[in-house]
Amino acid sequence: MGDHLIFVQGNEACVEAALYAGLGFFAGYPITPSTEIAELLSLRLPQRGGKFIQMEDEIASMCAIIGASLTGLKSMTATSGPGFSLKQEAIGYAIMTEVPCVVVSVMRGGPSTGLPTKVSQGDVMQARWGTHGDHAVIALTASNHQDLFAITVEAFNLAETYRTPVILLFDEVIGHMREKLIVPEPGEIPLVQRLRTSVREGTDYHPYLPREDGRLPMSDFGGVHRYNVTGLMHDMWGFPTDNPQVAYGLMRHLFDKIEGHVTEIARMKEFFLDDAETVLISYGSAARSALHVVENRRARGERMGLLELQTLWPFPSGAVRERCNQAKFVVVVEMNMGQILLEVKKAVDDPERVFLANRIDGTFISPTDIRNILRVIQGKGV
Amino acid sequence: MERYRVVFSGSGGQGVITASIILAEAAVLYEGLNAVQSQSYGPEARGGATRSDVIVSDRDIRFPKVNQPNVLICLTQEAYNKFATTIRPGGLLLTDSHFVKPARKVDARQVELGMYKEVMDRIGKSVVFNICVLGAMLGLVPIVKTDSILKVIETKIPTAFLDMNKKALEMGFRLADASLFKQSVLP
Repeated sequence: MGDHLIFVQGNEACVEAALYAGLGFFAGYPITPSTEIAELLSLRLPQRGGKFIQMEDEIASMCAIIGASLTGLKSMTATSGPGFSLKQEAIGYAIMTEVPCVVVSVMRGGPSTGLPTKVSQGDVMQARWGTHGDHAVIALTASNHQDLFAITVEAFNLAETYRTPVILLFDEVIGHMREKLIVPEPGEIPLVQRLRTSVREGTDYHPYLPREDGRLPMSDFGGVHRYNVTGLMHDMWGFPTDNPQVAYGLMRHLFDKIEGHVTEIARMKEFFLDDAETVLISYGSAARSALHVVENRRARGERMGLLELQTLWPFPSGAVRERCNQAKFVVVVEMNMGQILLEVKKAVDDPERVFLANRIDGTFISPTDIRNILRVIQGKGV
Repeated sequence: MERYRVVFSGSGGQGVITASIILAEAAVLYEGLNAVQSQSYGPEARGGATRSDVIVSDRDIRFPKVNQPNVLICLTQEAYNKFATTIRPGGLLLTDSHFVKPARKVDARQVELGMYKEVMDRIGKSVVFNICVLGAMLGLVPIVKTDSILKVIETKIPTAFLDMNKKALEMGFRLADASLFKQSVLP
């Protein structure tokens, strides 16, 4: 057993995982509560031959990781709400140009500069719809450091598999909290390496010509092939076009490659769901308080369970519907005004049975907060 | 084992957060326990009331914050005034007599020790005050072994400062021991 037991912040666990996944380039503009990610990578990444750049701003950081990824490096940036807003246009560019990259957003209280040092989960919809235009996106989260490690590695794998930016939506409590982490041995979690073209030098390479399986092999930019990359609608050569047929085909491709693989991308954890009459649905740090409540109620014989979502986007509607079928009450536990609540209501057969247990004041939602709301929902009075 | 819910409170610069991390890390790395540490702070860089929460248990820890500590350490008057009432009945409230004048009666074991004075008199460097506090706490509540604390300190601190930290830790431990003795002989 070469188990590597460490005691670290969530942000440090994210760094360990990114290095494990083969991170080669990081650009960022440090912002609370994600600062430790940039701070630690500025030390660790160059030590193993990677590149770290502290950029002039959030927008440039996002653009830099897109460029670095095109040249063949696994790339990441880290930010929080205000910076995440600034990055949105470039995130859309990465979606359109199909550049794999990982964007970490450690959520704090918003809107605007809001509550820099306090927790929130208010950026769930920003992750989904922050950039303009119809698009699909992958966003993942986790509630403890061991999961956070695995999910971060997963983010790099999904980015390469689907050639898309993947958003890691953590929160202040998870980012700053310290707990134990066992760093897996190399090879313990499989890594997806970039699919590169087999087209040789001197032969035309079509950057946006899918293989039979729909995947697009890449060629390291600046290497042996010349090709064009643009945020405009483009054809298989990567050149701009407004041909409706091509535009339609590209839109469908960008959408279907993610929304058509919801089941493969869906990651979730189930606790005591089999016979649950009350189903809590939660994610990120809030899921810790939800699980605390569920474990205590189960010990007293109450039929309560928890569905912890790790994939937030694409939203696993089918799985959620199935888990909530038998439930009398479905309670979404989150630290916002009900962003995942809306998705759950859309997914289930009877949206009237879906309730919200939330906290929006920068205070971490506690088991007591959840219990108080449960009493009202279950008709037991305040 | 009992689940320890510890709150370290004081002001920025006293090393309360460092002390709490050392405690939690010792529990996880050298005693095979679970521990979670979290802190709350404001947008300002220095001053203000600093607070760090540590939970130590042999079982899984879900909720990482402490609502009602069974061990509360207050190293400033402000922290004492703010947090003293949150202590769990029967818990331990440890204060330093240089910084805190205990004002109210709480339903807990109140221990007032001259840790800061002892550190300044015998070592002369306030930088190890937090380690002395850690030693005193462990003298009163054996959450982890002092050996485990020393192992963590060894990985975090330059060798040149190791002896000073060891001395501070032992000093705190002995102060606590002496106070226990006093408590047991006095009516």
